[in-house]
Amino acid sequence: MMKVLKCHKGIGPKVTGEALVADDNFSTRYDLDRINGVFSRPQHKLAGESYDQKILVLNTAKGGVASAWMLHEMTARGITPKGILFNEANTILVQGAALANMAMCDRFEDGDVTSIIKSGQIIEVDPAAGEVIILD
Amino acid sequence: MQLNDEEKAMLNGEFGTAKQWAIDHQIKVGEFFDAPDMVTVSQAHMMADPESVGEAGVNFMESIANDGGRVVIPMITDPRGVDLNHYRPLGQTEEMANTERRFIAACEAIGIMMTNTCVNYQTIMPPLLGDHVAYGDTGVVIYSNSVCGARSNFEGGPSALAAGLTGRTPRYGLHLDQKRRATRRFQIKTQPAELTDWGVLGAVIGRMAGSYWEVPVVEGIETVPTSDEIKHFGAAMASYGSTPLFHIVGITPEAPNLAAVKGAKLPVTKIADHDLAELRSNFGAKGEKPDVIVFAAPQLSIVEMGEVSSLVDGQKLKVPMIVCTSPQTYGDARRMGFVDKIESAGGVVLEGTCFYQQGAKEIGEANGWVRLLSNSAKIVNILGGYGYKPALASMKDCVAAAINGKIV
Repeated sequence: MMKVLKCHKGIGPKVTGEALVADDNFSTRYDLDRINGVFSRPQHKLAGESYDQKILVLNTAKGGVASAWMLHEMTARGITPKGILFNEANTILVQGAALANMAMCDRFEDGDVTSIIKSGQIIEVDPAAGEVIILD
Repeated sequence: MQLNDEEKAMLNGEFGTAKQWAIDHQIKVGEFFDAPDMVTVSQAHMMADPESVGEAGVNFMESIANDGGRVVIPMITDPRGVDLNHYRPLGQTEEMANTERRFIAACEAIGIMMTNTCVNYQTIMPPLLGDHVAYGDTGVVIYSNSVCGARSNFEGGPSALAAGLTGRTPRYGLHLDQKRRATRRFQIKTQPAELTDWGVLGAVIGRMAGSYWEVPVVEGIETVPTSDEIKHFGAAMASYGSTPLFHIVGITPEAPNLAAVKGAKLPVTKIADHDLAELRSNFGAKGEKPDVIVFAAPQLSIVEMGEVSSLVDGQKLKVPMIVCTSPQTYGDARRMGFVDKIESAGGVVLEGTCFYQQGAKEIGEANGWVRLLSNSAKIVNILGGYGYKPALASMKDCVAAAINGKIV
């Protein structure tokens, strides 16, 4: 059944895709094998999962300032998430999404987004409207 | 966001496409964080190592340069990923060096000063109390905010570039008074004795604070630290906690007392000796042979360069030792004979780089380095993710390990 989630106004284009969800954080620098498009840090809850063309749903962003370049670098090579939803984003990843023109939203009205959306669900992210729709 | 006439003209493309990209980028970020308007900044500082920038980032910088993008405020750079005078011996590739060369050429065309330092607050132009700036590198931001009383968010490379091109940044986060108030209150008892102790204390507090939006206030520091000590404290706190600002009561400029940072009613978290010991226990390796000793993160000041050179003077190192410093400090250290002493002992001094931004994974693989020893609580935190088994010891004990071939 379709469910509409309200969030803060986000960044980037409207996208639809399959959700990949974990109650964990996200560092582009330390969690990913960016060449092969998989989560590579063994301790990460999504270790071994491919993130290519998925919409990631995670708690918050971690990692240093350098990661601001990385979403752009990933997008240019075409092995990239379609978008990322956080409970709370950090400044660096938002700046990175702005450069990469990637969909990113945070601050959901219904609470912890990582427990509301399930992996495998198809979701539509509309950053300008501050809205995420679970389509199935 | 409220834009003035000049900003609207930038957005309309009246100052060219580079500035149009920059202000558009800033509006997107500003609206995400509910910035009411833009604030003018006096300096920008950009982090951009080849590993994170990639081919796409270099192409982007070249397009900004070709579109006529020129900075309108002093804009400086964080360490490079390649010391172009010393990269083949480390196992860094020609491809990496070429990425670096292209990136530098683009920056120079844009009018960026290649200072290549993460200790600009010690060597270039420290910002003043209340000075709004757009700085990259978490260590630079936390020092400038906390010790200098300047105002900066963590500005990633693209956002720092945008600030350099427009001379402003969105007014959100640490540009606002209310975001600079203490949210966590820590009391310490055991006084840090040397650089690594300061790093460990910063790391413990950072890990407990744990978020960009938390502001720790620290009570109980009895002696005013040196710039190098508080540099290690802040760099480690930012690395472990994504923390961009701290206050130390009676020491940092915004916290003459607890009330000034609205900290008096916050619950107290005491930092116990076992908290410090627990952090260190992740990085102990007594008796083992280190593969490489690294002094970096942050780059060494001239005082630290003098200390390392005194410790190695006349010795022969059994273990490779890498020392990273800023180009500004390098010139002085060379002139004062510090570099010669380190090189004569068998160490390497890199100019304008910082080890973890140099493709540390590839360097480790090329040289077979796994057990890395450093006095930096920051670098041992980072390099665990890059295939190393990092260990932590004081500068003196690091040098002793380099001389004896064994961690003491």
